[in-house]
Amino acid sequence: MITNLNILIPEIFLSLSTFSILMIGVFLKKSFNIIFNLTSLIIIITIAIIISSPNNEEKIFLESFTRDAFSNYFKVLILLSSLFVLNSSKNFIVENKLDKFEYPIIILLSILGMFFMVSSNDLILFYLGLELQSLSLYILASIDRDNLRSTESGIKYFVLSALSSGLLLYGCSLLYGFTGSTNFDLIASQLNKENTGAVFAMVFILVGLAFKVSAVPFHMWTPDVYEGAPTSITSYFAVVPKVAGLALLIKFMFIPFSNILLEWQTIIIFISIASMILGAVAAMVQKNFKRLLAYSSIGHIGYALAGVATGSVSGYESAIVYISIYVIMNIGAFSCLYLLKKDGQYRENISDLSGISKKHPLLAISFLIILFSLAGVPPLGGFFAKFYVFVAVLEREMYTLAIIGLLTTVMSAFYYLKIIKTIYFDDSIIAFEQTKNRTAQISIFASCTILITFFLYPSILNNLVNSLFIS
Amino acid sequence: MNFPILSTLIFLPLLSSLFIFLSRDKKNHNSIYISLFSSIATFLLSLFLWYSLDNNSAEFQFVEEKSWINNYIKFKLGVDGISILFIVLTTFITPICIISCINSIKTRVKEFLIAILILETFMIGVFCSLDLVIFYLFFEAGLIPMFLIIGVWGGPRRVYSAFKFFLFTLLGSVLMLVAIIVIYWLTGTTDITEIYKIKIPKDYQNILWLAFLSSFAVKMPMWPVHTWLPDAHVEAPTAGSVILAAILLKMAGYGFLRFSIPMFPIASEYFTPLIYSLSIIAIIYTSLVALMQDDMKKLIAYSSVAHMGYVTLGIFTLTKQGIEGSIYQMISHGLISAALFLCVGVVYDRLHSRMISSYGGLVSYLPKYSFLFIVFALAALGLPGTSGFLGEFLVLTGAFQKSYLAAMLATFGVVLGAAYMLWLTKRVIFGTINNVEIKNLSDVNKSEIIMLATLAFFVIFFGFYPFPLMETFNVSVNSLIDNYQLALISN
Repeated sequence: MITNLNILIPEIFLSLSTFSILMIGVFLKKSFNIIFNLTSLIIIITIAIIISSPNNEEKIFLESFTRDAFSNYFKVLILLSSLFVLNSSKNFIVENKLDKFEYPIIILLSILGMFFMVSSNDLILFYLGLELQSLSLYILASIDRDNLRSTESGIKYFVLSALSSGLLLYGCSLLYGFTGSTNFDLIASQLNKENTGAVFAMVFILVGLAFKVSAVPFHMWTPDVYEGAPTSITSYFAVVPKVAGLALLIKFMFIPFSNILLEWQTIIIFISIASMILGAVAAMVQKNFKRLLAYSSIGHIGYALAGVATGSVSGYESAIVYISIYVIMNIGAFSCLYLLKKDGQYRENISDLSGISKKHPLLAISFLIILFSLAGVPPLGGFFAKFYVFVAVLEREMYTLAIIGLLTTVMSAFYYLKIIKTIYFDDSIIAFEQTKNRTAQISIFASCTILITFFLYPSILNNLVNSLFIS
Repeated sequence: MNFPILSTLIFLPLLSSLFIFLSRDKKNHNSIYISLFSSIATFLLSLFLWYSLDNNSAEFQFVEEKSWINNYIKFKLGVDGISILFIVLTTFITPICIISCINSIKTRVKEFLIAILILETFMIGVFCSLDLVIFYLFFEAGLIPMFLIIGVWGGPRRVYSAFKFFLFTLLGSVLMLVAIIVIYWLTGTTDITEIYKIKIPKDYQNILWLAFLSSFAVKMPMWPVHTWLPDAHVEAPTAGSVILAAILLKMAGYGFLRFSIPMFPIASEYFTPLIYSLSIIAIIYTSLVALMQDDMKKLIAYSSVAHMGYVTLGIFTLTKQGIEGSIYQMISHGLISAALFLCVGVVYDRLHSRMISSYGGLVSYLPKYSFLFIVFALAALGLPGTSGFLGEFLVLTGAFQKSYLAAMLATFGVVLGAAYMLWLTKRVIFGTINNVEIKNLSDVNKSEIIMLATLAFFVIFFGFYPFPLMETFNVSVNSLIDNYQLALISN
């Protein structure tokens, strides 16, 4: 059988170019700038390759690798968000002496891992992709190796993540044992309620995946890692792996586990409710902005999971729309952090924001838009994200989930309002340096513009996501 | 007519706020002129809309439709005889607020004007929308500018009040969002003109009605969820209080008329006793509370709750007189309470105190001011010849047809209303001078007299000549009641 390697072009290009720039990094001194720019270029070219490639579903390598509209959408989303995250954090990386040439290369490797995750149609390929991604992330978390907290967060992430990977692998082997195959489609045809062992395996796989998207009760690493890792890494953590993790979760629900809907639905509903509540309650007392965003991201994953919990195509679509808007909001929020520089140090406490509306009105209004959007107040983009999820949830008449979800929206509005209060109502304490961080400003501007104008054409994203499941 | 006149009306203030945002204007003069100009233009546009509206038709007019979310939720706008009056009220009050901020807002004037104009966009949007999702969107979006208006330019306890306002209202309305989505899945549409035709199943009506009530009751505000209102009013700057009292509170009354009654007629009938009791408690209890206030703004805020009690009572009598009275009461309360808050603002700008005890004997030093204050106080207590009287009278006429007890108790509230308003007038305008600083106060200046005299003119004009308003909503109210009766009979 001749394999059509055309399908693999993005992955092949990405890996070859990653290794090429690795060579440049090894043989060229002070090569961070060059490699950084080449990385951006590689990402852009990969985006172009994926967009120009056809969207019809094709499977290669004994049907273990799929290329379809679904995987292409997520690949583009992953690449775009990495591009924005990387570029807006460049100043931060250089100023905090993180400008090692390995930094962008490891990011590219983690992207490669995520590519295989979202394209996998086989347990082994999926696990390999996941591990490539995770190993890259462990290194990234502790990249500031002389900093105690960064190393601590790296180790913490490594230990807990290794444990969850172990559970995941155990689940995979159980699934293989009880269904006799590692291929998703074959598993789906073998799986049913009577196959208790496989249902048992499903629980382990769900636990592993919930860990990767940091859903309650497997969220413990999130706040510490977010706070400990350098902000540029945190913003990457908060955005990109979440997208890949959610894509994988949806893929598992959609293909291998589609026959045991009732079994996994209960678990996802519980995880979703727990995440929403914990995200709302725990964030209220946070003083550190990154820690707060960690809890807020837990809450947001809860809403996305509420869409997944419906087990319907419209629910998966709403979850994808949700995570896309979440990415836009978080890129904006983290980019704002790159502008909060004072005495050569980047500030990350909420109290440092007090009164910036007087000295930095544009930054303040960007914060305002992003925070109200995170809180889900209309007419901003974040509202539509929540709206679609609850439309899907109520279609399935899951009233409890919807009402708890909306009540936690009100609770979470409280801590977003608290930040807005600090920005707008409090008196100014410090003025930040006028940093010339154009890329971060562009990211903030792009994010705010999308969030404000989203209500004019709210169905653009929907139509796009709709087409992913028609195949 | 193909010109999208309603969209223009909605987005004109937004556009001008963008203009102000982008302008570099150190002294704020241009910002004030731009916002005043644009808000007056919006007002004239809405007057034109009122003029060209066909009063003899209960249909929605100037309807605009555009596919919005996936072709099943449409961006649909339209007005009828009821909503046009609220739109005109909104566009009329906004320029007055902008004039008032010349005197009372000293810091960040530009941002304040932007907030007011954006708020105007959302308020007009609420009254124009013919789709539940659009309505919810505008209804909630108004929270953002109002939160900032209270929080940034408010008094000493502004943070607490702003949070309370935001969270109370948000909490109330999330249940409405659930109800809207449930309606969507029940009927397949969120276009209210379609929903009017489809009968929502009986078992769903009650629960959906309650979900809508949870939002409207907070916004109205009805007893016992009214507690955010006095706080918000006291701490908000004058223009904020004016908008809050004159327009934001009317959204809920409008919501009852536009959504609760036509969509859930059976539930509306079923829950009438609940609304009666809550309204009566609001009228009597908050009037008594108003008697005990020593803060002028708080007193007027409680009187607003009492007046809104008449509105809910009138709406749910579901008689022609009751509903017409409620609409009339809402419009007239929009003018009177706005004027009273402006009056308080005038002396607050001079003396920086809202306490009744800091005043007294104003009549000897501020005669023009005292005259206007007394006009509005008398209008607030419903003196015949002012617009306040007609509304209350019609509501009570409607109530007597349905329930003697409710009507009797509400009438008792009128007496209490007279008591607190007259007592307030006595302590502030007349009486002995407690505060020596009063002797140095200047009387109302030009911009203040423009605002107050305009309001006073309309309060008295509509007291003697209600025809223009009555004529406008007459047919719409008739069709509302006819449809309601029809729905009950066919049940």
